[in-house]
Amino acid sequence: MLVLTLFSVLFVAVMFVGLYLKSAPVLEGKSVWTLLTASEWRPMKGEFGFFPFITGTLWATMVAILLALPVSLLTAIYLTEYAKPVVKKFVFPALDILAGLPSVIYGVWGVLVIVPWISQRVAPHFVEFSTGYTVMAAGIVLGVMVIPLLVSLFIEIFSSVPKELREASLSLGATRWQTTRRVVLRQTLPGIMASTVLAISRAMGETIAVLMVCGCVIGVPHGLLDACYPLPALIANNYGEMLSMPLYESALMFAALILFVVVLIFNLLSRMVLYRIEKKNA
Amino acid sequence: MKISNSKKIHENIAIIFMWGAMLIVFGLVISVIWTVFSKGMKAMSWEMVSSLPGGGFYIGKEGGFLNAIVGSLYIVGASTLLGLLISIPVVFFLNIYLKKGSKLAYAARMAFDVLFGVPSIVYGAFGFTIMIFFGLRTSLLGGIIVITLLIIPIFIRTMDEVTRNFPRDILDASFSLGATRWETLKVVLRQIAPGIATATLLSIGRAIGDAASVMFTAGYTDSIPTSLSQPAATLPLAVFFQLQSPIPEVVDRAYAAALVLTVIVLILSISGRFITNKFSKNKI
Repeated sequence: MLVLTLFSVLFVAVMFVGLYLKSAPVLEGKSVWTLLTASEWRPMKGEFGFFPFITGTLWATMVAILLALPVSLLTAIYLTEYAKPVVKKFVFPALDILAGLPSVIYGVWGVLVIVPWISQRVAPHFVEFSTGYTVMAAGIVLGVMVIPLLVSLFIEIFSSVPKELREASLSLGATRWQTTRRVVLRQTLPGIMASTVLAISRAMGETIAVLMVCGCVIGVPHGLLDACYPLPALIANNYGEMLSMPLYESALMFAALILFVVVLIFNLLSRMVLYRIEKKNA
Repeated sequence: MKISNSKKIHENIAIIFMWGAMLIVFGLVISVIWTVFSKGMKAMSWEMVSSLPGGGFYIGKEGGFLNAIVGSLYIVGASTLLGLLISIPVVFFLNIYLKKGSKLAYAARMAFDVLFGVPSIVYGAFGFTIMIFFGLRTSLLGGIIVITLLIIPIFIRTMDEVTRNFPRDILDASFSLGATRWETLKVVLRQIAPGIATATLLSIGRAIGDAASVMFTAGYTDSIPTSLSQPAATLPLAVFFQLQSPIPEVVDRAYAAALVLTVIVLILSISGRFITNKFSKNKI
């Protein structure tokens, strides 16, 4: 049992080393900084600039969080501070379903609902033509996917606020909303931020759904209606051809390494904050 | 008077916004499910789920996606079993052998939470490099290994949550009766069985729906694998690949496959909720 536990802990390190070794060839020629900021992507010539993919990832993630955060926060507040058991009985299963649906189903939904909506309803107001496969589509689909994660984290954090604090505030004549804003939200701000960081890292790594709606055009996106090409989509789309060129494979493994490192740091930071809250709670 | 009025208005506005947010959540669930069902039902037929892709399948001729269904079941079944075998000892080790506040337990929980957060595409890429290292081709075995790695963190963290809330008095009672740790373990196992069931359902849901990791490792094929070294098709990839086809009949099959996948996941999620509810009723 000890061996299994230790192995699991070490597995994080093994994963890092494995990906690092695989991406070493592409790191030999150029510095990490050059790779991250160059925007030329020509695998045939051995030019690998990750800037378009990184900006694509950032755009899609940002849109997703901006959309999901208010919805999740308000839902979680209602469920912890206001809702009667009857309401919870309906909302929790709905959130369960959202959390459980596979990424590819969200992709299908995105292709059938969101992409046509953007291309027919939204885009004509701003640009002449858009296929709908855009940053906005990727952001919306990702946003929907992180809502259940955010809501469940928020509910956990809000429930950690002692009942006495709320009662003290209510007994002074504050309304529920005032109590929520000035007591609950203020108390849980670090937890809310940690959960958001966690949701960001989840959104960054999401692959198939994004791949299906992002447009996959290599280039730095400049707005919501540009196509984008996030890192996970890059890896998934090119795995077939990568074996033909050693440096290409190495470059894709470097993309996986970037994702891994970012997600690792984000997770460590936010989990530390969340653990502390949990401990105080227990 | 004026102050209390504005208080009330704020309160009401806040409630309206919250209802709005919840309506959005409900709307999204209904929209996703309705889209999949309305498209999928039209394309669904017995042939789809009962036959292998025939000749000319990818230009819209006869056949179904039984290969993907069976492939998914193989991978999910094997990795769930493996996952359980590895996770249960770890959970017991964390909660019974280690003392509360142990540094190793903290590190292990952190590691599993981090691993839970690692994107499946990274698991896929990592699994792929390992397979190349050992000279394996895309195969059923590769898919099983990667999916097992992917679901172990979910297994452990979900079971861990349940076991941690487990009253330690029961442990003390068992020990004080002279039971060994191993015998105590059996007592605990019976108590947390519903937690294990929930964790298993969650893991199956994640395992069956994940496409990014099996893409690299299990590959895709038109036949049902007969050995561990053959590639295996999976449902999410069946949806993904067929949806890209320009031929409407093939795209329809993607919808039908999506419907099958969604129904499986819905059943898992509903039974998970059911078990949790039942469990919390009998909680001490």
